[in-house]
Amino acid sequence: MSEPLVIIGNGMAAARLVDELARCALGRYAIAVIGDEPRLAYNRVLLSSVLAGEATSQEIELKPAAWWRDRGVTLKYGSRATAIDMAAREVTMANGKVISFSKLVLATGSNALRLPVPGGDLDGVHTFRDSRDVDMLIELAARKKRVVVVGGGLLGLEAAYGLAKAGSSVTLIHLMDRLMERQLDAHAGALLKTLVERKGVTVLLNANTARIHGETQVESVELADGRRLDADAVIFAAGIRPNISLAREAGIPVNRGIVVNDQMVTGTDGIFALGECAEHRGTCYGLVEPAYEQAKVLARHLAGHEAAYGGSVLATNLKVSGVSVFSAGDFIGAEGTEALVLNDIRRGTYKKLVIANGKLTGAVLVGDTQDALWYLELIRAGADIADMRGDIMFGRSVATRAEAA
Amino acid sequence: MNVVDPALRATKTTCPYCGVGCGVLATPDGRGGAAIAGDPEHPANFGRLCSKGSALGETLDLGGRLLHPMLRGEGGLAQAAWGDALDHVADGFRKVIAAHGPDAVAFYLSGQILTEDYYAANKLMKGFIGSANVDTNSRLCMSSSVAGHRRAFGSDTVPGCYTDLDEADLLVLVGSNAAWCHPVLYQRMLANKQTRGARIVVIDPRRTDTVGEDDLFLGLKPGSDTALFSGLLAHLADSDALDRDYIDRHTSGFDDALARAKSMAGSVAATALATGLSEADVATFFHLFRKTPRVVTLYSQGVNQSAQGTDKVNAIINCHLATGRIGKVGASPFSLTGQPNAMGGREVGGLANQLAAHMNFTPAEIDRVRRFWKAPDIATHEGLKAVQMFEAIARGEIKALWVIGTNPAVSLPDANAARAALKKLDLFVVSENVFSNDTVNSGAHVLLPALAWGEKSGTVTNSERRVSRQRSFLAAPGEARPDWWMIGEVARRLGFGASFAYNTAADIFREHAALSAFENNGTRDFDLGGLAKVSDEGFDALAPVMWPLRAADSRSDSRFFADGAFYTNDRKARFIAPEVPALRSETSGARPLRLNTGRVRDQWHTMTRTGMSPRLGQHLPEPFVEIHPDDAAQAGVIDGGHALVATDYGKCILKVVVSDRQQRGMLFAPIHWSDETASSARVGALVAPFTDPFSGQPENKATPVSIVPHVYRQRGFVLSRRPLALPAQTWWARTAVTGGLGYLLADNAAVATWKEWLQPVLGDDVAEFEDTARGVFRAASFVGDRIETCLFISPAADGVDWDAVKALFAAEAVSDEQRRMLLSGKSADGHASVGPIVCACFGVGRTTICDVIAAGAGTAAEIGAQLKAGTNCGSCIPELKRLIAAAEAVAPAESKQMAAAN
Repeated sequence: MSEPLVIIGNGMAAARLVDELARCALGRYAIAVIGDEPRLAYNRVLLSSVLAGEATSQEIELKPAAWWRDRGVTLKYGSRATAIDMAAREVTMANGKVISFSKLVLATGSNALRLPVPGGDLDGVHTFRDSRDVDMLIELAARKKRVVVVGGGLLGLEAAYGLAKAGSSVTLIHLMDRLMERQLDAHAGALLKTLVERKGVTVLLNANTARIHGETQVESVELADGRRLDADAVIFAAGIRPNISLAREAGIPVNRGIVVNDQMVTGTDGIFALGECAEHRGTCYGLVEPAYEQAKVLARHLAGHEAAYGGSVLATNLKVSGVSVFSAGDFIGAEGTEALVLNDIRRGTYKKLVIANGKLTGAVLVGDTQDALWYLELIRAGADIADMRGDIMFGRSVATRAEAA
Repeated sequence: MNVVDPALRATKTTCPYCGVGCGVLATPDGRGGAAIAGDPEHPANFGRLCSKGSALGETLDLGGRLLHPMLRGEGGLAQAAWGDALDHVADGFRKVIAAHGPDAVAFYLSGQILTEDYYAANKLMKGFIGSANVDTNSRLCMSSSVAGHRRAFGSDTVPGCYTDLDEADLLVLVGSNAAWCHPVLYQRMLANKQTRGARIVVIDPRRTDTVGEDDLFLGLKPGSDTALFSGLLAHLADSDALDRDYIDRHTSGFDDALARAKSMAGSVAATALATGLSEADVATFFHLFRKTPRVVTLYSQGVNQSAQGTDKVNAIINCHLATGRIGKVGASPFSLTGQPNAMGGREVGGLANQLAAHMNFTPAEIDRVRRFWKAPDIATHEGLKAVQMFEAIARGEIKALWVIGTNPAVSLPDANAARAALKKLDLFVVSENVFSNDTVNSGAHVLLPALAWGEKSGTVTNSERRVSRQRSFLAAPGEARPDWWMIGEVARRLGFGASFAYNTAADIFREHAALSAFENNGTRDFDLGGLAKVSDEGFDALAPVMWPLRAADSRSDSRFFADGAFYTNDRKARFIAPEVPALRSETSGARPLRLNTGRVRDQWHTMTRTGMSPRLGQHLPEPFVEIHPDDAAQAGVIDGGHALVATDYGKCILKVVVSDRQQRGMLFAPIHWSDETASSARVGALVAPFTDPFSGQPENKATPVSIVPHVYRQRGFVLSRRPLALPAQTWWARTAVTGGLGYLLADNAAVATWKEWLQPVLGDDVAEFEDTARGVFRAASFVGDRIETCLFISPAADGVDWDAVKALFAAEAVSDEQRRMLLSGKSADGHASVGPIVCACFGVGRTTICDVIAAGAGTAAEIGAQLKAGTNCGSCIPELKRLIAAAEAVAPAESKQMAAAN
């Protein structure tokens, strides 16, 4: 008789975990997946493509219903888990139903931050997190309204790009002095700003949102320096916070995220966590790649195999509002490091490679990421690149050809 | 049958470069250019051309050309009308002559102007102005050979001809790098060696490309040629190899010459000691010369450019006279002249120590020429030879100078002093093709635009006394005029119009030919009487012909002196007892080495024309100094590095080439670079101004010199569509590249200094790459898709390889991928680009994806299976689907076409 395994959260991490379990432990668990969103698991990274009209909402669905059935999964989407009874080893749902579990996996992801500013609850103030947000934004964009997007990180840029592409007049405001400051250096941020502006988005940096004005509906946004921006809608994309309420209430040890070890086991026996809600060695990962690596480790662990997740070298490698962006390792270039820089504004290219005692220790690329994975390999391997230093900026084939010559 | 557009028919002319005088077929393309080929019918080259000749097509652009007369006012040189410019020249000369006499003015001509230009200038100065102050850059090239010929034969006669090179069994090359400086003749010698087994002996302190594997190479001490040939003369006498009959009937002075030879190098051992050669090599050479009747001894600047140049020439001639091997088939001494029309100048007498048409300053000859020219004021004594002329300018004795077709500020010895002297002139006139070179920039008051090669028409004479027509095949640009026209116009303004009323070059040629035959009757070697009455059509159609041509029908490839008939009073040749060989200058602790100078294969003189050819620019683009490995080690200089090369007269910074082909104790540096083409490579400024007492030719090849390292930690290059002024302290050399100019450079500047210099030069569309820690900086600016300017700087150790970048610079437009790879300095082709990234997770590019779609992948999943694209985060799946859709949109159409096709 297969052991009951309940997964709370029906996102990308959960889908990948089911996929990995089917490969290495098919039939060992009777899996039930509980998700609050009223639809099958979908690709959150593609939300920006849906917003930008490059894909339809259906297209981003990860797996059809039959896929889950074939893997013996009972899907309970559109129903929110409200409590975990550790003693009875049962999960209670909003509709009062109860599911018992032998092992429980928390994949509850994270919530969009709503800035605690006056007027934050007015009509027309939205977040940009899940597909319901996207449906709303698409409808908003169709009305070609003036939109202010708060947050110059990845999500903010995606929302701004999608809305601008759909015809809205968009102003993106960001607290810091450069866009995606946690992934890009000043120069890369500046180039990204130029490229985003080329796509029709107005960008205001060092802009601290102080207050949102309006009777019932949003009318304008006031910044700390007093500037007022007229707006019909405000989108908060100022960051995310791991969704740990269920775990905390159930007494599962939490910090910023649900604390897990290298096997993704939480502080409570039989309870596991992965993805954005998990905190591993002090880090909560907001990207897909670490969640997928964690799913693979957890599946092998649940199948009784040896597995350990050592954490991921934080690498950003994706398209931001149509612009390829990559950054990994010490991309700022700490004290005592050396930097190779390539800059071609018209081609929309900025590449910086950081070198410390003959090794590649960091890289940030905007516009031309053709060699991103090769650089990531070199950073992770700590390879000695001293003799190809003259060519490394121009790609693997040039550098290795030179090395061979 | 399509009629060839007459304008596009090939024009028969000759090459503007060396003294071989190759025939060239130039087919104008109607757009200012021309296709160039060797003229199969010209007897100098039978269709062959060297690297320089075949690249002539790349030198016809009008960039840098002087197209209008210019006069210097307060604001510098400004365009002027021909009339005003010529008035200014004539008035200037008239004032100086009136105030200081005719010897206070001078002409300085060139072995590259045509015979007609030479004749007009020589006639004006020596017949009408009344001075013999007309000399030529041939003074630096062939004057020792002229003096040697005249001392031995009583006339400046080249006894043999080119066919002797095909007929000889032994070819002795003395002081000649023929492989690089007379390439087509050298090929004939090689052909003779391969087909007839002729032996080649090369005598030169420096082993050059002229030395073949199986040739005897005699790397003698500089300046010891006279000892070697004196030793040969003594050996010929001791081994009874003399032609007693010839010596008795046709020569005089043999005994004194032999005695001197014996005292100087009376045996093989003594000769070896005097020349620094091994006794075995000396013996082999003597043996070869003695037992090979058909021997031609060719010599060039290695012999001539010496303070004992004339003696060296006579030491060689002595050996040919002593064996009667002169003027016979395959047996003669043979002077290889440097310039294309040095011989034309010598025929005209355009030298300070000749009067005209092989006549000199004897009363009878002065009277004869005066009567022929109806000269109001015939010169009665020799004028100042080049080096002495410029020293007179420096002393202020010469106040008006007219330079025609040459660059003395670069090529004269002690060139800095010569350049400084030019600034003292009251009137400094320059006839030139270009508006900027070191001579023009030395304060010329008047610039007169001269027709260049391909535009001018007249005659030239090559090393074997063959007169050929140089014909025009391009229209005259701007207001450029023939040099003889300018001289005629100045003559007219000086009141001598009647004697200079020439309408065409043919008019002048006929007068030149008539003078050569005037009261000659065989008393003078140079006689073109047969052409004195040539018609204009006859002149235009003139086929290459050797003089003497005493009557119209006496055309023959003649030789001289096989059976005597010399042009001395007693019709006998003179043996000359040469001085004991001794270089005029001493090396010292401060100047321990000796500097030899010369040419490189693909450049000509100061590169005014060859400098325009990107192809030729690739051969040796940087001014260098060649040094023996042991001397290099001692001086601490390294191959590829730079060195400060200094003599008592000047200093240059040159790239170091360490080569064991160089003799210990000697350096070699090429003469081609000037302030126009390099930052500090005026090698002429290093050369001591010691001259030969007979010829006045300077000793260019043995100046005491010192060499110390001059370290540049930084190397790089600039490519630009227009000339640029590089930072003051930068070492640079400029060369033509397809599409613009290239500067190879060396420096020790911070990258910031280069960025600052580059700022005003670059446009706003700029790509940059920098490795600050290693001092690597590369930048390129674009206009549209075309590279405008680029700068590459890197540590010296990285060396400089600019071929890939030059290829992109030459392109009218660069692709996005080429632009991406430009700053790598490496060629982009040979490495397929994956195209813009579609799948970031696995770095899969669009090109790769389209390939698998074309190969049949119809869904994102199939693509994922082959390339992993879209199987991780999946964010590229929409684009994969779009690419599939796009491929299908095209594919059906193709399949329809396919269906229709078969």
